[in-house]
Amino acid sequence: MRYVEGAPVREEKTPAGPLEDRWESRRFTARLVNPANRRKLTVIVVGTGLAGGSAAATLGELGYRVKSYCYQDSPRRAHSIAAQGGINAAKNYRNDGDSVHRLFYDTVKGGDFRSRESNVYRLAQLSLGIIDQAVAQGVPFAREYGGLLDTRSFGGAQVSRTFYARGQTGQQLLLGAYQALQRQIRLGTVQMHARHEMLDLIVAAGRARGIIVRDLVTGRLSAEYADAVVLATGGYGNVFYLSTNAKGCNVTATWRAHRRGALFANPCFTQIHPTCVPATGAHQSKLTLMSESLRNDARVWVPGPDGQRDYFLERMYPAFGNLVPRDIASRAVKAVCDAGHGVGPGGLGVYLDFVDAIGRLGRDVIEDRYGNLFEMYQRITGEDPYEAPMRIYPAVHYTMGGLWVDYDLAATIAGLFVIGEANFSDHGANRLGASALMQGLADGYFILPATIGDYLADGPFEPVTASTAQVADRLAKLLAVQGKRTVDSFHRELGRIMWEHCGMERTDAGLRKALELVAGLKEEFWRNVNVPGSAGDLNQSLERVGRVADFFELAELMCLDALHRTESCGGHFRAESQTPDGEALRDDHNFGYVAAWEHTGGKPVLHKETLVFESVHPSARNYK
Amino acid sequence: MRLKLRIWRQSGPWARGAMVAYEIGGVSPDMSLLELLDVLNEQLAAQGLEPVAFDHDCREGICGMCSLVINGTPHGPRKATTACQLHLRHFADGDTIDVEPWRAKAFPVVKDLVVDRSSLDRIIAAGGYICAPTGSAPEANTLPVPKPDADTAFEAATCIGCGACVAACPNGSAMLFTAAKVTHLGQLPQGQPERAGRVLDMVHAHDEAGFGGCSHTGECTAVCPKGIGLDVIAQLNRDYRHALRKR
Repeated sequence: MRYVEGAPVREEKTPAGPLEDRWESRRFTARLVNPANRRKLTVIVVGTGLAGGSAAATLGELGYRVKSYCYQDSPRRAHSIAAQGGINAAKNYRNDGDSVHRLFYDTVKGGDFRSRESNVYRLAQLSLGIIDQAVAQGVPFAREYGGLLDTRSFGGAQVSRTFYARGQTGQQLLLGAYQALQRQIRLGTVQMHARHEMLDLIVAAGRARGIIVRDLVTGRLSAEYADAVVLATGGYGNVFYLSTNAKGCNVTATWRAHRRGALFANPCFTQIHPTCVPATGAHQSKLTLMSESLRNDARVWVPGPDGQRDYFLERMYPAFGNLVPRDIASRAVKAVCDAGHGVGPGGLGVYLDFVDAIGRLGRDVIEDRYGNLFEMYQRITGEDPYEAPMRIYPAVHYTMGGLWVDYDLAATIAGLFVIGEANFSDHGANRLGASALMQGLADGYFILPATIGDYLADGPFEPVTASTAQVADRLAKLLAVQGKRTVDSFHRELGRIMWEHCGMERTDAGLRKALELVAGLKEEFWRNVNVPGSAGDLNQSLERVGRVADFFELAELMCLDALHRTESCGGHFRAESQTPDGEALRDDHNFGYVAAWEHTGGKPVLHKETLVFESVHPSARNYK
Repeated sequence: MRLKLRIWRQSGPWARGAMVAYEIGGVSPDMSLLELLDVLNEQLAAQGLEPVAFDHDCREGICGMCSLVINGTPHGPRKATTACQLHLRHFADGDTIDVEPWRAKAFPVVKDLVVDRSSLDRIIAAGGYICAPTGSAPEANTLPVPKPDADTAFEAATCIGCGACVAACPNGSAMLFTAAKVTHLGQLPQGQPERAGRVLDMVHAHDEAGFGGCSHTGECTAVCPKGIGLDVIAQLNRDYRHALRKR
């Protein structure tokens, strides 16, 4: 055994009572901090995306002293900005049968029954207020001619509940949160530290009391103290090197917290998005998503063995056709490419074809719906998608796993809160389209500000001091290796191993092999990496090397988690666990739990949180 | 392809900088310009030399982090395209490409191609928002917004805050950036209560930060990767005049 099983982890903050009353009840039982005392309490928020930006702004409004950190040069650049499609909310403006309960149901089912009912129900409830909040801030959502908000359908949902701002919904929502944050900076309630990277968590007397940060411009390390620490540092898709994440996205903040005692939940649950622009060569530095909305009108095909077009999604899933969920579509694309039917360089691509839609609706309609996406595709590939079909291939897009949190979004270290993609809470084993923005903002605007008070009511805590020596030593050690290989060459190789063995399809043998390969590469990394420059100024190689070092450790835990979970569910497809016709086969009896891992330095310890379904009955997802 | 690069190297804010020449072979036309810099940096690192520092993040043209003047033009020769989306197929084999940082008084160089753009954040902090404390919002559809107004607001709101407008402007003015935000918020009913104060405060912060005045040369809109038009500056000027009268 490569791990040890420990005591179950228990979620104790969820109130009893009917699902729909739980959040109300928790808000009432959570203690409050009076406004005069809030001024004496400091909260550190790391990350300024939808979750972190909205949380810092809201905590500032409440009167806490907030210190906010991001590695970019401005809080407005966090990668939430790249989200295209939209944000779900159960407003039922279309009168098409939507409700809070339906959004809750769709999300639990979409997550393949690996998320917590209470959390997801709350998310669906709060979705309503998010739209109100964003509109009040001036977020320019798409509107109907009557001036009211427009919605569209998304991700195979049967109702139209996705609010959007053309293909830039993430950008507009983030700018709303960023502007609210800038206002608090101006008012002095939030101190902003851009170009700063968190490199460690300060834990004293069992409480998270601050962070060690590096000023990326001067290289200066400092210990920053607070009464509570909030991590809103996003996902870890860049462990695969190539993903739709921004280049700077990394796992360091959450991984450092994990090493200090926070449990890491379901690390193997990663989402592979089916429609991305294929890689063109070894120089490829990142992948670009083409919005899921394209599948509403396009048909996916490869040349068949008989010379005919093989519309394989329509053939395999006649009921849902080209609109099957992300995990199903990605796996089908991989299967046809693996069988040698792929198109484009290396046979790693399939056609996404609009010719029928253009014939049926006319070029103008298609241009109106997808014009900006077509332009983007043409800019990247140099090909005109009106003339020749687009080529697409799946790419890593989102990570459902993350630090384990309870109903209050508190991690297993007292005083540490984790919000947005950085936590594991709401999406189970597969996230539905247009749900990431909803979760980030629900956490940041509404949930955290209500629950953190219950913890801070015991503060302010006694002052502590922490040394930066450990972090400085690690940086010095990385600089001192002076080996022969660059940071990126290691990162690329790690990514290839993970994509090959811990990507869309996982097997027992492959995962065991990956564990061996990753360990070997990690050993070489610490012996042979080359980091030019010094720790005393802006050094982008040094920034990257620390992140890659953490990705190595995460990669091992991901493979272990994937190896132990011998069922298939959502984005986690184990080849050994499939139905006779090749569909994912879940095993609720043995794996109906959240796998929360404890870092020990030796074998990781697995703590299980059993998932209880009172409202939704777990069933097989069938899209045929 | 084989390309020559001349890149601005400057070791720190107060150091003297210079253009340094490099040559790279085996380049694929499918690479983006930033991927070319990646390749160069890999080569430099392999030789034990310090790589070129440059800002970049999303590499899909939306975060606004990349900030390169390419052959004398911010973001390079392609219209409505950020540097990260500029591919080498638009250059010819043997071409020389000059790469420099944004240059403006309000954007001091940090290192090589990296500049400090926090002055743009300060303009937003001065009033580029609608005061809507969390939880205080009315039901979203209680306030209809005529579609043309919503569309104008959206067009202005697409600004990615990269600062190319400043780098292109002979006066180093950030008026296009400022005006885009003033127009976005000023077109919406939610933005009316603070409209007059907003434009005065933002223009004041703009001037304080060391940006120059606008003299309508239009270089800003020509390089804007989101194609934001000069009409937003006209709108700002109208709002500014109204606000002064009101005061």
